[in-house]
Amino acid sequence: MTSLFTPEGKSVPCTLIEAGPCTVTQVKTVDNDGYAAVQLGFGERKEKNTPNALAGHFKKANATPKKKVVEFRLEDTTLSLGDIVKADLFEEGEFVDAIGTSKGKGFQGVVKRYNFAGVGGQTHGQHNRGRHPGSIGACSWPSRVFKGMRMAGRMGGDRVKIQNLRVLKVIADRNVIVVSGSVPGAKNSYIVLEK
Amino acid sequence: MSLLLDLVKEEFNEKRASIPNFSAGDTVNIHVKIREGNKERIQQFQGVVIQRRNVNTNGETFTVRKVSNQIGLERIFPLLSPNIEKIELVRRGVVRRARLFYLRGLSGKASRIKEKRK
Repeated sequence: MTSLFTPEGKSVPCTLIEAGPCTVTQVKTVDNDGYAAVQLGFGERKEKNTPNALAGHFKKANATPKKKVVEFRLEDTTLSLGDIVKADLFEEGEFVDAIGTSKGKGFQGVVKRYNFAGVGGQTHGQHNRGRHPGSIGACSWPSRVFKGMRMAGRMGGDRVKIQNLRVLKVIADRNVIVVSGSVPGAKNSYIVLEK
Repeated sequence: MSLLLDLVKEEFNEKRASIPNFSAGDTVNIHVKIREGNKERIQQFQGVVIQRRNVNTNGETFTVRKVSNQIGLERIFPLLSPNIEKIELVRRGVVRRARLFYLRGLSGKASRIKEKRK
């Protein structure tokens, strides 16, 4: 992340995203596949690390092996096999959604993981359970803990979608777009952008 | 990723080059653009730089302290803000730390800073 200034002098936090070039590796149609979609491939992958089946798939599109392959549902599209999609697809000022995998936080308690409030005080006789979850259910009925009860555990590493990020800038010759705010995941991780 | 960040940084290269090299302890005079309705005028703010934060990023800021009418006044400026017309280096000071928060507790003669001589 970094920041830019508006003409009025306001500092805007922003993220730089390399958005392309993506190659259309498959076009799915209702007749053929039951639904309409476009499959895009991004990033280079070594040929020796590409399984034969995938290698054949990329060869069909006349493309080099790609690292990431993502499908987008599109009803009617002018894209055809082997086309290249670049960052100039986006316009300044429009809003995009970013989908990524959030950073792993490890084993976390309920206060951090589910925003429980904790006990909320140091007094009234309590001294060592400030961040505990409290009761997790009744006693003789149901004599069990309900499924999905929010407890401590592994946090992060989930699919997260951040909606309505404004595109501040499109640097077309470098295939980079600048969006305001942050996107899920670590630096250099992959995200999916939706218009 | 750092390569990508350079893309945005480059934009401010020109602005950065126009800014004198100052650090904590120096006295600077900042010309700030102020918008009143449609009119724009320039206000000056002169004081001692007491810290620079987030150096070498686009979000770099610096804090300037001055004492006017026995009241200490601190202002934080984003270094690359378009609202800063000009930064003048008035005086270089000799200080032994990067953050001069101790100045807040001092006044008068005690808060003087030695001038740096070449």
